[in-house]
Amino acid sequence: MSTDAIALPRTEPASRPIVSRLHDWVTTVDHKRLGILYMMYAMVFLLIAGIEATVIRIQLIRPHNDFVSPQVFNRLFTMHGTTMIFFVVMPFLFGFANYLIPLMLGARDMAFPRLNAFSFWMTAFGGLLLYFSLVGANGLYGAGNAPDVGWFAYAPLTSRTFSVGHSTDFWTLALLVSGFGSIGTAINIVATVLCMRCPGMTLAKMPLFAWLNLVMAGLVILCISPLTAAQIMLVVDRYLGGHFFDTQAGGSAVIWMHFFWVFGHPEVYVLVLPAFAFVSEIIPVFSRKPIFGYSVMVGATVAIGFISMSVWAHHMFTVGMSSAANNFFVISTMAIAVPTGIKIFNWLATMWGGKIEFKTPMLFCIAFLFQFLIAGLTGIMQGAAPFDWHLGSSYFVVAHFHYVIVGGIVFALFGAFYYWFPKMSGKMYSETLGRLHFLLFIIGFHLTFDFMHIPGLLGMPRRIYTYEPGRGWDTWNFIVTVGVFFQAAGILVFLGNLAWSYLRGTAAGSDPWDAWTLEWSTNSPPPAYNFASIPVVKSRRPLWDLKHPADPDWNYE
Amino acid sequence: MRSQGSNHWRVLSSQILVCVCSSEAAFGDSVSSLSPTDIFAPASTPAKSIFGLSLFVLAVTGAIFLVVFTLLLYSVVKFRKRRSDDGREPPQVYGSNQVELAWTIIPILIVVALFMATARVIAIVQTTPPPGKPIAVTVIGHQFWWEYRYPDLGVVTANELHVPVSDPLHPTPTVIELLSADTDHSFWVPRLAGKTDLIPNHPNTMWIDPQETGVYLGQCAQYCGTQHAKMLLRVYVQTRDEFDRWIQQQRQPAVVNDAVSQGQRIFETTACINCHTVSGTVANGRFGPDLTHLMSRDTIAAGAAINTPENLRLWIRNPNRIKPGSLMPAMELNDQELDALTAYLETLR
Amino acid sequence: MNAASMTVAEARIESDRPDRGRIGMLSLIAAEAAIFTIFVVAYIFYVGKSLAGPMPRDVLSVPVFYTICLLSSSLTIHLAAKFLREGNVLRFAILWLATIVLGTTFMYGTATEWHRLIYQDGFTISTNLFGTTYYSLVGLHGFHVLVGLVSLSIVMALTLLGSVQQEHAERVDVLSLYWHFVDTVWIVVFTVVYVIGR
Repeated sequence: MSTDAIALPRTEPASRPIVSRLHDWVTTVDHKRLGILYMMYAMVFLLIAGIEATVIRIQLIRPHNDFVSPQVFNRLFTMHGTTMIFFVVMPFLFGFANYLIPLMLGARDMAFPRLNAFSFWMTAFGGLLLYFSLVGANGLYGAGNAPDVGWFAYAPLTSRTFSVGHSTDFWTLALLVSGFGSIGTAINIVATVLCMRCPGMTLAKMPLFAWLNLVMAGLVILCISPLTAAQIMLVVDRYLGGHFFDTQAGGSAVIWMHFFWVFGHPEVYVLVLPAFAFVSEIIPVFSRKPIFGYSVMVGATVAIGFISMSVWAHHMFTVGMSSAANNFFVISTMAIAVPTGIKIFNWLATMWGGKIEFKTPMLFCIAFLFQFLIAGLTGIMQGAAPFDWHLGSSYFVVAHFHYVIVGGIVFALFGAFYYWFPKMSGKMYSETLGRLHFLLFIIGFHLTFDFMHIPGLLGMPRRIYTYEPGRGWDTWNFIVTVGVFFQAAGILVFLGNLAWSYLRGTAAGSDPWDAWTLEWSTNSPPPAYNFASIPVVKSRRPLWDLKHPADPDWNYE
Repeated sequence: MRSQGSNHWRVLSSQILVCVCSSEAAFGDSVSSLSPTDIFAPASTPAKSIFGLSLFVLAVTGAIFLVVFTLLLYSVVKFRKRRSDDGREPPQVYGSNQVELAWTIIPILIVVALFMATARVIAIVQTTPPPGKPIAVTVIGHQFWWEYRYPDLGVVTANELHVPVSDPLHPTPTVIELLSADTDHSFWVPRLAGKTDLIPNHPNTMWIDPQETGVYLGQCAQYCGTQHAKMLLRVYVQTRDEFDRWIQQQRQPAVVNDAVSQGQRIFETTACINCHTVSGTVANGRFGPDLTHLMSRDTIAAGAAINTPENLRLWIRNPNRIKPGSLMPAMELNDQELDALTAYLETLR
Repeated sequence: MNAASMTVAEARIESDRPDRGRIGMLSLIAAEAAIFTIFVVAYIFYVGKSLAGPMPRDVLSVPVFYTICLLSSSLTIHLAAKFLREGNVLRFAILWLATIVLGTTFMYGTATEWHRLIYQDGFTISTNLFGTTYYSLVGLHGFHVLVGLVSLSIVMALTLLGSVQQEHAERVDVLSLYWHFVDTVWIVVFTVVYVIGR
């Protein structure tokens, strides 16, 4: 499908010195460049946090192992969790949102380009601050130490009494700073989606990608703020003698949990909604059908957004809440399964009756469907509170949330990378290497995270640096660790594929997938101004309308 | 078991639950060969109620998985693009209200069924008081050990909890109050009950009625600091006679033995008495475990080591060798002092 | 890149989108509202739970006058924005200045109250739960008033330099949204701290 007729000819500018090119990148306000900066940043931290995970798993490969000390182990799992959530997955997702939303909406940039740059640099600085703790914090065990309070930093472990030195403060400040960045990006997304759509694109005609990121941004605005508030309270306790979480003064440790999880649960929907966005764009194109039930998908997304703000205390079933509270959170947790299930069925229905092409993006999305289904079901299991009195705080939970985040979100992210890499770089990736990556990673993922459920069912709690032999956990932990190396290999193949294809890949053209949304109507990579002229649309699939003038979508929507 | 309406699925699921509940007894008695902390080998009513619920939930989620997975597999196989494809786009289907309605209503019904089963077990474990005449125990969580007090029986001990076995016909459960001296902990002995947290300034209560004698294992399940991993739990379920004898023994003050007086002097003049209690002596510290009947325990350091003279000596010499990051300091004693001290502690039966 | 049958005129009518400055500011206000909600919840949760130290009715005096100042500043800023929209830069400047004066008076009131509490009553953020939650909540609000005053002062300076004209009315209106938010938060804080909590 050629849209080259309206694409502008490429002119290669004279090669400028590296310093001024770097300066351009550092001072850019272009949403595409900021998107790429977010992704590069996230990839660096993916490698760091991945190494942290590898060391954790080596330590746990057999009982009473001494690969690392308990102090180091406790820092490792704290840093792994904090890094992966705030400095890997969120930047990846913000990077894609920044890159794609203006293109999909037919706009020239985000609503507030300078705020965009500010938000990126705040996030980036937050990550550096977190890792500066290795050098700058004096902990109890020597100079310079990473935080070791767990990524949810329960009180009173974080008080000055139990967290000596400054490592906890680095955790707090890093997240405060990057939180401002996240809120800035969210404000930008909301304003862009509501105000910058091209003519003809009503809210009901914009890609699901835009809807999902809009709801995600709304969640960020409402739910990162409680974390910010809780962290301010923690700083008041630690440095101004406050008593917010000081149980000796009548304060409550449980209230930290409430505040944290009021943030923490919607946060996981912040992570997963953009993954749904990727899948909602990729599956239709590779099934050659429009998304099934667009309006219902929008409705389900909004429902998920609302309900997700009412389920938080399912992370606290073991804390000793009243049975009324426990029952309430059981209902809300199970209720959110309904719109989530609807989405899975709609994706299936999109594939149904289609002509499925198993290109690498689609492979990852099909695996996403399988794995997200399982993850959702183990979530329901934990939603049954008494069952959670066993499963909570055990390796079953660890397996469940990695199933969602890795098996769901990371798989969708890989799919997104392969799908949009041709657009962002102008080059095609190697399909063979893509399949190799998929094979290695899916084997590693299932070895690690399927078998990880079992020690949880056999009584293994989380956050332990070693375990007793004779509890029946040994073999399973061994298998779990083996899987890590397959995943690492897969990621190396992935990075190699991207790098090699960027340097030596064949030209991709503007629309290699024969897709239907506006980003495929412009060059690969798009010029700085995105579109030669602002498009005007009449349906949800403007390129379908162009390619099928006799049978356009607007007759059916 | 309630069964609302004539929905075939609901009737079926209630039948499953009935089967499950009646087979609970058969399953519940088996000791798991997989693990001493297997949540599917319950030996106490709270654990058994949870077990019944878990089977129901697993059955429902398993069925959902099979249905959806089959549909996924089918669509991936049946609707794949063939080599002989004519290049035309397939029929463009935008949606279907009936189908959407169907797969909204059915999940809602499933959710309602799951909720009702769950609410029932919450009521059994949390709201209904345990049957019979309970023994009362107060558990106080410390970094990184467990303090046990029997307020009505006048016993204070550490790390190994003894309770009487409970006959289902004449139940003698144990009601446990959970407090914390420092940060958050969680009491989890999977075969006896789900876990309940110990949170400072937030007392919790749980109960168990173990129906078979034996030793039940568990460990702290809420990250509480460096040695969270070695805050192990041992619950000794004994016959009533054995339990009463144990209580009697624990109530005695410490044995006095002149042969180890040197060791006792070292204990009482070094900082040991700042943290430890040995009843009947001047040692009255509360930060660390009560040592009056140290030798009645199978393990030391909250399960981190077996209670042998060698381990005990090593522990006193340098706790960080056994449990790095534990809050007991190394007392810098020389070999001769260590031998004497160990000999003294070995008499605290 | 055109859909074949839509005219340019139709397209222009369709692209009637809300102003992005307004949406951006409303989103920021939503985020700030969430932060304040958590502090208000903490305050209400801890009412009456202090183990020792002064209780609200022992030390707090209701700041009626300063509250009237702050709430009136909402009126003045609303009128200022209206005048600028009508092109009356002089009236706008006067009312804008009045807003700043009223806001600063409110801050002065908070400062004197805190001075009395700290130096006369010995009541600080670390005294008890009431102290922690009171100073945090009122302090967070005061901080937002301060940020508002700084922003208003920048606009005041620009006005004095002659850079603010009628065409900037929309932007000034967006800034006034923030000021109205700060005042609304004070209504909530005032009710919770000085009415309910006492």
